[in-house]
Amino acid sequence: MILIHCPYCDEKRPEIEFANAGQAHIARPLDPSGQSDADWEAYLFIRANPRGRHHERWRHTHGCGRFFNAVRDTVTDKFETTYKAGEPRR
Amino acid sequence: MSGFRLETGGRIDRSQSVQFHFDGKTYQGFAGDSLASALLANGVMLFGRSFKYHRPRGLVAAGSEEPNALISVNRGPGRFTPNLRATGVEIHDGLKAFSQNRWPSLAMDFGAINDRLGMFFPAGFYNKTFMWPRSFWDRVYEPAIRKMAGLGDAPTAEDPDVYASTYAHCDLLIIGAGPAGIDAALGAMDTNKRIVLIDEQNELGGGALADPTLWPWLERSVKALTDAANVTILTRTTAFGYYHDNFIGAVQRLTDHRPEITDTPREKLWRIRAGEVVLAQGAIERPLVFDGNDKPGVMLSSAAKVYANRYGVAVGKAPALMASHDSGWHDVFALAKVGVGISAIIDVRESVDSALVHEADRLGIPVYLNHAVVGVNGRHGVSSIDICDYSHQRVHRVEADALLMAGGWTPSVHLWSHSKGSLKWRDDLGAYVPDVPNENVHCVGGCSGDWDFGTGAVIDMLPTPKDQSRIKAFVDFQNDVTAKDIKLAVREGFRSIEHIKRYTTNGMATDQGKTSNLNGLQIASSALNKPVPDIGLTSFRPPYTPQTFGALAGHAKGALFQPTRTTNIDSWAQAHGAVFELVAQWRRARYFPKSGEDMHAAVNRECVAVRSSVGIFDASTLGKIEVVGPDAAEFLNRMYTNPWKALEPGRCRYGLLLKEDGFITDDGVSARLAPDRFHLTTTTGGAARVLNMMEDYLQTEWPDLDVWLTSTTEQYAVIALQGPNARKVLEPLVEGIDLSAEAFPHMAIREGTICGVETRLFRVSFTGELGFEINVPTAYGRAVWEQLMAQGAQYDITPYGTEAMHVLRAEKGFIIVGQDTDGTVTPFDAGLDWAVGKKKPDFVGKRSMARPDIVAPGRKQLVGLLTDDPNLVLEEGAQIVADPNQPIPMTMIGHVTSSYWSETLGRSIAMALVAGGHDMMGGTLYIPMPGKTHSAKVSGVVFYDSEGARLHV
Repeated sequence: MILIHCPYCDEKRPEIEFANAGQAHIARPLDPSGQSDADWEAYLFIRANPRGRHHERWRHTHGCGRFFNAVRDTVTDKFETTYKAGEPRR
Repeated sequence: MSGFRLETGGRIDRSQSVQFHFDGKTYQGFAGDSLASALLANGVMLFGRSFKYHRPRGLVAAGSEEPNALISVNRGPGRFTPNLRATGVEIHDGLKAFSQNRWPSLAMDFGAINDRLGMFFPAGFYNKTFMWPRSFWDRVYEPAIRKMAGLGDAPTAEDPDVYASTYAHCDLLIIGAGPAGIDAALGAMDTNKRIVLIDEQNELGGGALADPTLWPWLERSVKALTDAANVTILTRTTAFGYYHDNFIGAVQRLTDHRPEITDTPREKLWRIRAGEVVLAQGAIERPLVFDGNDKPGVMLSSAAKVYANRYGVAVGKAPALMASHDSGWHDVFALAKVGVGISAIIDVRESVDSALVHEADRLGIPVYLNHAVVGVNGRHGVSSIDICDYSHQRVHRVEADALLMAGGWTPSVHLWSHSKGSLKWRDDLGAYVPDVPNENVHCVGGCSGDWDFGTGAVIDMLPTPKDQSRIKAFVDFQNDVTAKDIKLAVREGFRSIEHIKRYTTNGMATDQGKTSNLNGLQIASSALNKPVPDIGLTSFRPPYTPQTFGALAGHAKGALFQPTRTTNIDSWAQAHGAVFELVAQWRRARYFPKSGEDMHAAVNRECVAVRSSVGIFDASTLGKIEVVGPDAAEFLNRMYTNPWKALEPGRCRYGLLLKEDGFITDDGVSARLAPDRFHLTTTTGGAARVLNMMEDYLQTEWPDLDVWLTSTTEQYAVIALQGPNARKVLEPLVEGIDLSAEAFPHMAIREGTICGVETRLFRVSFTGELGFEINVPTAYGRAVWEQLMAQGAQYDITPYGTEAMHVLRAEKGFIIVGQDTDGTVTPFDAGLDWAVGKKKPDFVGKRSMARPDIVAPGRKQLVGLLTDDPNLVLEEGAQIVADPNQPIPMTMIGHVTSSYWSETLGRSIAMALVAGGHDMMGGTLYIPMPGKTHSAKVSGVVFYDSEGARLHV
């Protein structure tokens, strides 16, 4: 069971306290109605599936309840870092 | 072989005799004996029949690597454990053990015919042979094969034992308490580290238990560790798996070694998180591969030393040694020292350390260098062996009653490999050893390849002048895999060791290749003519040894399998005979049968009561979220499809929630209590999901909004009071709220008190009748419910359950998200376009409602269905077709989502999702059901009081 560092609690906690929330740094367009079908499709459905470094969102569901971002290696399943939502991509 | 008890020696307690049973026969042993050592002391050599060929098998090892001596233990009804290693079972008075995979008895086994037919059972035999006819596989071949091949019987009765589990944390976890593990613990003992030392055996010591010269050191060390406050010692504990971030699973066996059955936990699962791990699991001796190496009486030389020195049992009166490694020589010298006569030392090497030969000469043991065993004589044991002299290619016979194998050592890298540490090949050891760690872990002692057993030759199998195709030289004893099988796999084109493993089954299953992996690799390497490191190594997987389901399940069974959520009113429903159902994790009253009523009758009565007088319903499970803050209205306006900013305090609104893809995900009625405060409700099952979704948008898309979300689901008990007499029941109990139709219209909320308790009183209806939903602090739920029951008695107030609730809402065409929708239904599909704010520039899901697929014609749309036979209730989930006479497979255009008998209407009603359904009003559709195809007319979904006159009274 992986330990995940919550950047809000500043503690490493077991993964069962957390829920994965998909790929990170996909901002909802400010004007959805102005999006073309193709752009909207890309926003809704198209996600990266990298081998290696992957930016993803997690929520400390059974802790502080905050969403945060993480960089995880999809090969080793090791977390490189976690950081608060809104902070620049690492 | 004829094993016997030595006069002296061993760590057994000769003053404590123990009586136990094996296959119904009674034997004597001593306290401290394993089942294996005690049976060996009684001359028992036959322990089981092999997996595939039913060959007679005896002990190979003395520890958990034992592949053959798998037995079952019966501790009474429901307490039957198959596939235990006899080497790890401690005897106690009354122990009842049984051999496996034999019929009618161990000595006379019908299945042994498979051995004679062995030439017909090569690798892949089942796959090649039982191919035709196809239909025979399930009915004939597989059941027959399963009966013939296998391990012990799976228990069938429910397990009455209790299992515990715990979490533990430590700075240093040491796995394995042989000399290396004990040294590691002693070395760290004087720091302030919290140390856990675990070992699978009943006492610490590992290999030192078989070396009496180390016992004084062992005693001192164990005392020092036991006295140290920072050291936790767990014996009879198997670390079975190594998981991410130094998380180790271990099972401690607590009671199986004791004669009495108690209600204390039988086993305990430890989930240990360690700062640092030291693996000291030792090494496992490797068998040699030659014809007849699986005969009872052929065993590892290190095991013979364990039986002699630890248990005071000789494996035979005149054992011989077949070695390719120095360690075997030391083992038989140790046996000679305790009085076991060694008949011969045979070594495949041309020369060995001269000190070894001198010692053998001194002990009077004949030595045969450059020789190999080529045959083992005897039926259920060893009577003599044939050895071949390589310089002269001559075979001659040596008398022996046991044969010890010393094929070198294999470091136990199982847990290291679980942790994804890499391995490197060492030519000098002929073994893989740990290389680069993936966690904070290191290996010490035998499992790191560090041992003082001397050196040896690395060989694949012993050379033999016999026809290779006619011999059975076993590599994997447990799975009955021979050298021939591996070579055949290579001939048939298998190149990857992963494929060879699965085709031959070498190293699979409960054994995980403890004694077989490296021999299998060496043989594949020779056959492929490639060095071992180039073929790779198969993965070791948890568990290291088999563990019970009971230990892994722990307390999570029966009522504790998952939590059952109950409302404050649940106890009243229970006392009044409710039949319950689970909705998500909530236990809800489904209906309240009166004596003699079935569900149908009860639901009809409950529905009629609501329509004609008044019903009362426990709606406490509804999800509730308190939305507070200056931007609360703005936030809800962005989340829900309909407009919220203009909603006046004191008013309610039906909210429809979409996901960003435009599909309905939840709904519920919500109320504005104040300009900055809303009381949201969600579906019972959707509460957590909706809160998570709202938090997501609030935290990550719109962090500028000043809003707080709080789950209040469990803070309120909710009582729905529904029916034309609802107001009359409520009026005498409520203070501070004018209940008149003018002052308190439909879809409004008022705050006041009921029975003296604060309430948020909603005037809402999920039945189509005049209705109220009374929210009170949870602890008052049952008390207020009982007051309402008393007050309503004059109107024959009727408690109703979820089943009647479903019928009543369906009569009104109200959807249930997740029943009438399935995650692909838009508001337009569901006929809920009235709930979408057309003028809103944006809300979650709005853009998607214009996606090409969602505006395309032919989408499944929610419609009503009225069967032509009014008495027929369609099956929910039934498929719908346009033309009942088309050939099968028919084109299905939709399915029934809700279907009930409506007592109020005196006929059946149904809702369905049908492709293009909104344009089919009045048309006829067909529903094939078992036995008959039914016809139904398409209608709107509102079957009762479509103008809503009954609501606004």
